[in-house]
Amino acid sequence: MAVEKQFCTFTLNGYLFGIEVLAVQEVFRYQEMTSVPLAPPEVRGLINLRGQIITAIDLRSRLNFEPLPGHRLPMNVVVRNGKEATSLLVDAIGDVLNLPLGAYEPPPENLNETIRDLVQGVYKLRDKLMLVLDVDKLVGMDSGNEPIPDALVSAGE
Amino acid sequence: MVDDTKNSDFFSDSELTPQEPRVPDPAAGPESGSAGSQHGLDSIVEEFLIESHEGLDQLDRDLVKLEQDPSDPGLLSGIFRAVHTVKGTCGFFGYSKLESIAHVGENLLSKMRDGQLIFNQMIASELLAMVDAVRQILSSIETTGNEGDVDYSELVETLTRLNQGEYLASSSLVEPSSSTEQAGAAVDESMADIVDEFLIESYENLDQLDRDLVELEKAPGDENLLASIFRTIHTIKGTCGFLGLVKLETVSHVGETLLSKMRDGELIFNREIASALLTLVDAIRQILSSIEVSGREGDADYTELVKTLESMVIDDSVSISPPPDREDLKSDERRISIERRNSGDRRITSEAYGEIERRASSDRRTEVRGRRTVDSSIRVDVGLLDGLMNLVGELVLARNQILQFTESSTDSKFAASSQTLNLITSELQERVMKTRLQPIRNIWDKFPRVVRDLALSCGKKVRLEMTGKETELDKTLIEAIKDPLTHIVRNAVDHGIGSPEERERGGKNPEGLLVLKAYHEGGMVNIDVCDDGGGIDPKMLRAKALAKDLVTEKQAERMSEREMMNLIFLPGFSTAAAITNVSGRGVGMDVVKTNIEKIGGTVDVQSTVGQGTTLKVKIPLTLAIVPALIITCAGNRYAIPQASLVELVRLEGDKAQNGIEMIHDVPVYRLRGNLLPLVELHSELNVPAPENKEIVNLVIVQADDRQFGLIVEGVNDTEEIVVKPLGKQLSGISVYSGATIMGDGKVALILDVMGISKKARLIASSRLETKEDVEKKTASRDDQQTLLIFGIGTQGRMAIPLSKVTRLEEIKRDSIERSGEQDVVQYRGEIMPLIFLSSVFGNREGKSEKDLMPTIVYTSLGRSVGLVVDEIVDIVKESISVKRDYKKEGVAGSVVARGRVTDLLDYEGVIRKVDSSFFEETVEADVKLLSSAR
Repeated sequence: MAVEKQFCTFTLNGYLFGIEVLAVQEVFRYQEMTSVPLAPPEVRGLINLRGQIITAIDLRSRLNFEPLPGHRLPMNVVVRNGKEATSLLVDAIGDVLNLPLGAYEPPPENLNETIRDLVQGVYKLRDKLMLVLDVDKLVGMDSGNEPIPDALVSAGE
Repeated sequence: MVDDTKNSDFFSDSELTPQEPRVPDPAAGPESGSAGSQHGLDSIVEEFLIESHEGLDQLDRDLVKLEQDPSDPGLLSGIFRAVHTVKGTCGFFGYSKLESIAHVGENLLSKMRDGQLIFNQMIASELLAMVDAVRQILSSIETTGNEGDVDYSELVETLTRLNQGEYLASSSLVEPSSSTEQAGAAVDESMADIVDEFLIESYENLDQLDRDLVELEKAPGDENLLASIFRTIHTIKGTCGFLGLVKLETVSHVGETLLSKMRDGELIFNREIASALLTLVDAIRQILSSIEVSGREGDADYTELVKTLESMVIDDSVSISPPPDREDLKSDERRISIERRNSGDRRITSEAYGEIERRASSDRRTEVRGRRTVDSSIRVDVGLLDGLMNLVGELVLARNQILQFTESSTDSKFAASSQTLNLITSELQERVMKTRLQPIRNIWDKFPRVVRDLALSCGKKVRLEMTGKETELDKTLIEAIKDPLTHIVRNAVDHGIGSPEERERGGKNPEGLLVLKAYHEGGMVNIDVCDDGGGIDPKMLRAKALAKDLVTEKQAERMSEREMMNLIFLPGFSTAAAITNVSGRGVGMDVVKTNIEKIGGTVDVQSTVGQGTTLKVKIPLTLAIVPALIITCAGNRYAIPQASLVELVRLEGDKAQNGIEMIHDVPVYRLRGNLLPLVELHSELNVPAPENKEIVNLVIVQADDRQFGLIVEGVNDTEEIVVKPLGKQLSGISVYSGATIMGDGKVALILDVMGISKKARLIASSRLETKEDVEKKTASRDDQQTLLIFGIGTQGRMAIPLSKVTRLEEIKRDSIERSGEQDVVQYRGEIMPLIFLSSVFGNREGKSEKDLMPTIVYTSLGRSVGLVVDEIVDIVKESISVKRDYKKEGVAGSVVARGRVTDLLDYEGVIRKVDSSFFEETVEADVKLLSSAR
């Protein structure tokens, strides 16, 4: 029996993403949030999660996708990074998958820099690919947050 | 009344003292009478009693446990230590009975520790009996001040027997080697706890030592202090000897020897000894921290220190034998305590006899107080209090929610009970907050040492006075102000107070005075640090700042004295002529200021040349729950902490339209005759402006010492809010200091007034901008220019920087005259050439039929030229992004203004075309004009 890891999956702009299940605290429906003027664009707002204030990060914006069409509401995936909890806004929640480590590969070299930086690797599922996100980098705005110069992005593509 | 009942309860409960409890018998002998009657020893005795009571309870438990698990070296060590401490202390106080009992107990225990004896039930019973005896004696001391005359010789005998002969018969003797090994193996695990405890205790003791030594230096004859110091060092020594910390033991041992000499009057305390002992304290501290980190004593070499201390012992006392080896410690200790009883005590007692009568009555009170201290205070983990505080925060939020429901409900019962809930919650909040309050003494207590050391190293004399030591503030705040305050104090000693010679020249007491004051005022804690030194000359500060290029000359000229004073808070500023160990590196006061502001406090400096300097620090009582005003802006609610709130102004109707005036692009409001700068919250936050222009709400706030008005959309209510930190993604935004949860469960951001004023560049006038700031600002003004947009003929719209426009005139067509080829007009007693821009750019002769022609007057070096346009359209503020894709005559570039591409007039080119000499001598003047326009 190969070593397996559990992933919480979700979709974003048609892609399947996964986060290691141990990093996920909880998942809940869209909740009204307080917007934060002057905040980085990917910060959608602040949510009151049972008395704790957590920041909601729009993953579409973080990964340079188009915003979600107006009528659809995102879901919250709350991840815990150290002491701090952060909510990631995703399109829809998928299953929790048990995946063998053998199906894992690093992301392709020519992937868009922004995404490549946040994607730890790729799992080859039977019918599609699942991209594993690096929670620390997603949440930590200090790393990988600087806007990537146009030239670099196009060179990467 | 209550006290009285308690008293009698206490007496009836206590199963002790067959003898007369209240009046100590003078004939009871010197040793028993001495400790209780020596006037100032009271507090030490009391402390000793409390400590011992705790220790005894622990002993009880440990002994019982040890009986169940006789091989646990951790327990054994704990017991040994407790007994040893009791013994050491009572020996010092001259409680001979207590000491002899504890001593046999200790001997027994040490045998067991060394593996020569195995713990059995008999030993356990005897040891427990010993604990009871000790307890009984302590109670007797508590009530009567002496040990009582119960005879414990039988107990002592039994214990001694157990120690010497009995173990052979009871066959509990074991091979020393094997058991020591066993013990050694287990030591690592179970010792950790003991070591931890030892560390905590020792750190506390060391702080106490610091204070006591400095005090002792001032009053070298004070027996109490000496006693306290001796006791502390002895405790450390005893414990570390037991834990096998050889280095620590050696170091503390020499200290103890030295102290015992002083106690016996063979040595007189002086400054050298004080310094040596303080170094000793530092060395101990160093070893302790090394133990804490690595579990070992570290490799630092203290032989030098030991030698110094030893030489002090030997120098002044020929009669005394050299410091004993480690192996001799036990007997040496005993000798010291015996000596003490024989010589020292008699002296003390004879002095104290006169007091006995008077003390007798107060002794009773002391004893009751002592007991009560034991019962009424407990040690609580800080984490627990933090958790409690968080929960209370949640409760406050829930209360707020319920109160909101109450407003919409008509049920009077519900209203009444929610009112009760409200009251209880407020009360609870206050009480819990109090549990986290600590007296400022906790940080001040180390200042005597700081000041003393620093004063010595600078060759100054400084007396430190502290008032309001008991002023309380939140634990987290205490932590936060520790470093800034220390820095201020060091500064005051290093720069503030001059050398004795300097001071004498100035006609002052050669001894400088440093006063620390703490007090509550207006819901804030005030801490003043005043020195009576030379003061700060504001002009000198200004000169220094100029020399260091921290301010521009222009800024310097306009500075008020207060602003000059505040220069010391600029980064990179230092007044010290030379960089010393202590200060002068130019990092300091700015960090102090930033750190104090971080916790919502302010710091201000006042100084009179020749008289001294006062630094005033103001900090809030607590940070966790603050009252705040809730305002709205673009549909969101924000909280403004009440601490920065000054007043609210509401403008309606006419006033809303006209009350706010503009100076250039800055809105201002006349508040009772004073001009108040205004900041639009929505534009600072980059959110849409409010639609309702009928009502303008101004929230007047205070940042630093500067007031300004915040234009907000709506003002709600004040609420108690629970401050929660923002995630790290948002912590960099300076206009927010946190977030809170409102009554309806939604999140609201807490505005940081200081951050807003900085963002709006309002703070500039009180906290001076650095030169760099100014340059940055001008740079940004340069790309963000105000443009005058005008229309000409077919060209459509063009723009000219408003700063280049001297005046706008309307010139009557019939006033135009001709001078040579040039159209001119008489203008303010001069002849001003006119340039018809429509003819420069247009294909047709663009002179419209209008009688009044709008003209832009451009002046340079006293010479003016009129640029005639067809119409003046607008004034806009745009960032100029000059695009030079095409080069067209008379066009310097193009900008997007009001959404339309607008050509930028190349006024220089156009004018030069008409009058080629116009600019030749004016280039310089133009620059001046530019700079003054800024």
